[in-house]
Amino acid sequence: MVPEATQEQHPVTPAGTAPFLIGDRMTGGYGAADILHDCTVAVEKGEIAVIVGPNGAGKSTAMKAVFGMLNLRSGAVRLDGEDITTLSPQDRVAKGMAFVPQTSNIFTSMTVEENLEMGAFLRRDDIRGTMEQIYDLFPILRDKRRQAAGELSGGQRQQVAVGRALMTQPKVLMLDEPTAGVSPIVMDELFDRIIEVARTGISILMVEQNARQALEIADKGYVLVQGANAYTNTGRALLADPEVRRTFLGG
Amino acid sequence: MDLVNALVALLNFVVIPATAYGAQLALGALGVTLIYGILRFSNFAHGDTMAFGAMATILVTWVLQGAGISFGPLPTALLALPVGIVAAAALLLATDKVVYRFYRRQRVTPVILVIVSMGVMFIYNGLVRFIIGPDDQSFGDGARFIINARQFRDMTGLSEPLAFKTSQGITIVTAVIVVAILFWFLNHTRTGKSMRAFSDNEDLALLSGINPDRVVKITWIIVAALATVAGVLYGLDKSFHPFTYFQLLLPVFAAAIVGGLGSPLGAIVGGFVIAYSEVTVTYAFKKVANYVLPENLEIDSLAQLLSTDYKFAVSFAILVIVLLFRPTGLFRGKAV
Repeated sequence: MVPEATQEQHPVTPAGTAPFLIGDRMTGGYGAADILHDCTVAVEKGEIAVIVGPNGAGKSTAMKAVFGMLNLRSGAVRLDGEDITTLSPQDRVAKGMAFVPQTSNIFTSMTVEENLEMGAFLRRDDIRGTMEQIYDLFPILRDKRRQAAGELSGGQRQQVAVGRALMTQPKVLMLDEPTAGVSPIVMDELFDRIIEVARTGISILMVEQNARQALEIADKGYVLVQGANAYTNTGRALLADPEVRRTFLGG
Repeated sequence: MDLVNALVALLNFVVIPATAYGAQLALGALGVTLIYGILRFSNFAHGDTMAFGAMATILVTWVLQGAGISFGPLPTALLALPVGIVAAAALLLATDKVVYRFYRRQRVTPVILVIVSMGVMFIYNGLVRFIIGPDDQSFGDGARFIINARQFRDMTGLSEPLAFKTSQGITIVTAVIVVAILFWFLNHTRTGKSMRAFSDNEDLALLSGINPDRVVKITWIIVAALATVAGVLYGLDKSFHPFTYFQLLLPVFAAAIVGGLGSPLGAIVGGFVIAYSEVTVTYAFKKVANYVLPENLEIDSLAQLLSTDYKFAVSFAILVIVLLFRPTGLFRGKAV
């Protein structure tokens, strides 16, 4: 049985089961020209949603739009039913969202531990427990905690970046190509960790270049083409869809 | 051959003055480097900020001296220093509010902020001259020497004298204390770490919830303290003359750039590199050489590489060399 991927203009969420975080029919861009056209991405509580698509499809832009880093001309972003469209990125952090940018996502001149401390800057309570959890999740960081983050390998830097974002104890973790530039082994390792994070109840929305591997771990997948939703389905269904395979996954 | 006298001469004319001067430059360069790291522009008004802080301190010193208050063997200016720092901080915060903040909101390129800071420099320049006048002002009091030449000769019986001025001793001790406090603050307090984070990666600092306005404000206050301390120490050691503070801008910038802009440790090292270079290149080594050399080889020339009139050329030359061969400075600061 081959599950059928739906090709749709406006993915509509069934009434009553509004996703935990949704960027709903977003249209906008950085300047005069729109990059996103009626684009919808969403993630359920404790699930992993992955945005894939060809280069220039607006994947990262969709991510930034959800995080409030660009102005939307129309559409809305809702977190747990609350409209947060007009909130600044900083205010969204305070609301429980965390974002790991694709590049420059660590403080290179500061130690691993200081990076984590800065992640928890808004928190006034005891952060040692959270820090221990992160060291348990990424044991290598515990050994390197006094080392400058800029001296670490690519994979370790990504762990620092994810760790920094987790320090706020977010409800949603947004990752922009977390495996960019790391080896396949490190990539598998990172994906395992991301699944572990999702199991703790944190929703994960991520953009991935390695579409096939990412869809394998995804509860939900969004294929974007030219800033619009091309296919939306479960990760498994998208992987099985011959059309998606042929056009985006290289057969 | 008289190694001991040679060493004393070297200590007296090179090591002690250069160390004191280096400490003053280091404090100045720390201010420049902090502004570069956090506000991301080269602040040309820094020399005149030092002049303003020193001027405010001098005015308070005069009031204290008039009231008959003194600090024993130490200069009264040290008592007035906190007031000078507060005055300089008020000036910098006010300037930020009416000038720099406007340009920050426009998200202008750093070079525009540099030009803006030159405008601010001319205003500070005029302000200081308007209040205290363009002339030399003396404000040092207390004991002049920790060790004076005659004491040293009586103590050691050496023919070569050695003098260690109170102002030099105070400069070195104060610089060590100020730098220790600054580094402790930057490395061990939440606010200090947030400043380093902001300097390292502004976007990520914003994503982490660090408040940029607060970071900027605290930076100006720290810079005011550093500039005032540097300005007062320089004034005590040499003399207070508004124009010399403007001239200090070159060695101070050279120190910050040589060390690596944005690197506090680099600023300190840079300060001493510039100071030692300036002093050794312009010092006449005739005396030292003749103590060391055998009698038949004694020299008649001054053995001075450059006249003291050219001392600014030294900073300039070092600056050019560093920019050519290691543009990020000794401690890998940001590229200029």
